[in-house]
Amino acid sequence: MHKQTYDQLKETVYTETLNNGLRVFLLPKPEMTKTFGIFTTDYGSIDQSFTPINQKEHVTVPDGIAHFLEHKLFEKEDRDVFQDFTKRGASANAFTSFTKTAYLFSSTTEVENNIETLLDFVQDPYFSDQSVEKEKGIIAQEIQMYDDQPDWRSFFGTLKSMYHHHPVQTDIAGTVASIQDITKEDLYTCYQTFYHPANMVISVAGNFDPDQMMELIRSNQQAKTFSPLEKIERSFPDEPDTVANSKEVLEMPVSISKCMVGIKENAQKIDESFMEKDLLADMLLEHFYSKSGPFYQELYEKNLIDDSFSFESSREKNFAFSIIGGNTENPDELAEALKEQLMSWNDIKITEEDFVRMKRKKTGELLRGMNSLENMANQFTHYQLLGFDYFNLLPTTEKLTLEAANTFLNNWVHEMNVSVFQIVPEKG
Amino acid sequence: MTFVTEDVTEQQGYNLHVLQSKKFKTIHLTVKLKSPLNRENITERALLPFVLQQGTNKYPTSSLFRRALDDLFGATLSIDSAKKGNDHVMSFRMEIANQTYLSTEQNILEEALQFLSDVIYDSKMIKEAFDQTIVSREKQTLKQKINAVVDNKMSYANMRLIDKMCEGEAYSLHVHGYQEDLNRIDEKSLYTYYQQLLQEDQMDVYVLGDLENIDVNKLIPSYFNKKRNPKLIEIEHDQKEQSEPKEIIEEQAMQQGKLHLGYRTNITFRDDAYPALQIFNAIFGGFPSSKLFINVREKNSLAYYASSRFESHKGLLFVFSGIDPKDYAKAKGIIVEQMDAMVNGDFTEEQIEEAKKLVVNQWKETLDHPDGLVEILYHQVLAGAERSPDQFVKEINQVSKDNLLEVGQKIQLDTVYFLTAQGGNENA
Repeated sequence: MHKQTYDQLKETVYTETLNNGLRVFLLPKPEMTKTFGIFTTDYGSIDQSFTPINQKEHVTVPDGIAHFLEHKLFEKEDRDVFQDFTKRGASANAFTSFTKTAYLFSSTTEVENNIETLLDFVQDPYFSDQSVEKEKGIIAQEIQMYDDQPDWRSFFGTLKSMYHHHPVQTDIAGTVASIQDITKEDLYTCYQTFYHPANMVISVAGNFDPDQMMELIRSNQQAKTFSPLEKIERSFPDEPDTVANSKEVLEMPVSISKCMVGIKENAQKIDESFMEKDLLADMLLEHFYSKSGPFYQELYEKNLIDDSFSFESSREKNFAFSIIGGNTENPDELAEALKEQLMSWNDIKITEEDFVRMKRKKTGELLRGMNSLENMANQFTHYQLLGFDYFNLLPTTEKLTLEAANTFLNNWVHEMNVSVFQIVPEKG
Repeated sequence: MTFVTEDVTEQQGYNLHVLQSKKFKTIHLTVKLKSPLNRENITERALLPFVLQQGTNKYPTSSLFRRALDDLFGATLSIDSAKKGNDHVMSFRMEIANQTYLSTEQNILEEALQFLSDVIYDSKMIKEAFDQTIVSREKQTLKQKINAVVDNKMSYANMRLIDKMCEGEAYSLHVHGYQEDLNRIDEKSLYTYYQQLLQEDQMDVYVLGDLENIDVNKLIPSYFNKKRNPKLIEIEHDQKEQSEPKEIIEEQAMQQGKLHLGYRTNITFRDDAYPALQIFNAIFGGFPSSKLFINVREKNSLAYYASSRFESHKGLLFVFSGIDPKDYAKAKGIIVEQMDAMVNGDFTEEQIEEAKKLVVNQWKETLDHPDGLVEILYHQVLAGAERSPDQFVKEINQVSKDNLLEVGQKIQLDTVYFLTAQGGNENA
């Protein structure tokens, strides 16, 4: 077990890669009451095409299958695993993102038993034709719930306008139609390929003894056998650097229009600059578009945005994008204003004074994020899967240079990597 | 075991609550201002949080104001208003990095206190009035917020349920206020009302974080001791006697139907039966092991979510579910059956014990979140009744089956509300 301390942050992390390849990260926080555990596989909604373990032929599986699998892992032949957690007063949950599927629990008592349950239920799949059919009704309601939400629709609408072929544009849960094709055989195929311990990470944060916890996880894993894993062959369609559509409009029964602008970046290389770019994209958006930013003020004073205005940036192994926008009474004017501002990024130079402020803001945000065990374990896992150390974000932020910020900014946007997506009220 | 040490002292016209904790890397300042819900001023109270965040006399524009926060190592400030029982509560929250983690000579805590004090007492004004431009702009923002409620179907349905259920009661007032009232509000009248609020609202100040070596009891009063004349108003219970449950069906252009039920629990935080209500709700619909989740979702695949929660200070319990419009009768039948089962004592000792663990666990977990911790403690102020965190856990663990049956005797179905797709009514 490797122990790493971070003096400035007063944090300690214990790590070990087990014989079966599972990576374990322990973040003890003895002053907290609870413990949060999250067991994550490097497999999400974009992993649609791959060569199944021990096979030669490439397959493409139905949209929404990673999410479907996430639902079904809780159900066993004789019981629902949720109940194993709740009997001990623990809460459990799971989520699927573009690149990850994660299972988690939190509890203030019987932490060891809950960790065992977490490891065991994820590593013991049971799918039947009947239970797969039953789940289709539940997931169809989940999909319909999201279909009624304009925010969700505008997020995926923007992705669809940005991407030509990449599966990141596909709704994580799939569609009511696509999930009808899912069979238990499909679920086993995906499970066996992607839920190998060598493709997974477990992070535990909170109130526990690290030695005992590591020993518990170690012996739990030693008692199970897994076939050796060769590298998982995944494939993604060739994706141009340009956007698929420069503008799309969707009519929906909404009270107010929405306008989002997406900035697409080319497929990402995982190298030393990855974390730097991850931080810079975020800090620059904050600089221009948070409430302290000059662009925000301009749009606000022109009455083009309200307090629903937001932005986000996502950077993963083979895609990166940012989305800016919100509710507006003038979707076309907002689109034009945003595009014009984005095009100005090629020439803007951030000043030293602004850059110091950007760093200070990021520092506060990072410290705040460490108040929450869930956030800490989630973020830690996220960066580990990309090969980085979450606790290095603070020193990396401090080391960022103004020159790097300006270089990133000046090369971020060009005519062909920006798209507009609008939701407008239905014409009555 | 003591969960929280809350040191409460009476200051000039307010109570100061000091919470020493080493859990967090930040320090939290919360100021709560409470007064009875009232149609006459609810719109002013909804508008004020927007206006107050636009600037102080020291930082007279929104961007200067926000930049000052960024400079203060990414301090955050938020102001919001909420309904709690028959009270309206405005909360000012500020979160700052704990100096321990930074290498700076700046006194962040004192600067933050000055800033917060300025937000409350030295808002940007011109001659006994707020800035006219700010007020008219923020009226616009609030108007859009009021109108956009309809775009979030879950909160819209909840609002409509309460409209119908609590017609004529203070609790039916809309927390975002009313568009028609915005016309009569101007920079002068809003300022006048705000001065009255500052004088008369009951005020509580919470300071939470690692405060060792800081004399909070000396520091805070130097920023917050103003002459005040709080009106301590005993709120009357305006709960109506109701006869037969109402059933209301409304239609909108949407896909998923929202089936919400409102019950009167006739139990609030002050009552001895309050801990039993917590357990009752846990078994009925509060957790994924509850009757609602198991029967509506797991056994019948009718919904993705089906849950319940209660309002601690008004004595209401709400059921939420998202269903296919055609399943209205079936889903309603199942929900009503689950409540009947609760009232008839159709649950085991084992379920009661499990529910206790779940409630205590969830509650202890909340203590690991800064805002959650403050909210839990503020319940006592809202109810004007003491029930310390330690006391609460003790009472939860003492709840018996008889206590739950007593809760069941008090609960009455008041209103069934169904928001459904256009034409969905035909299936009802």
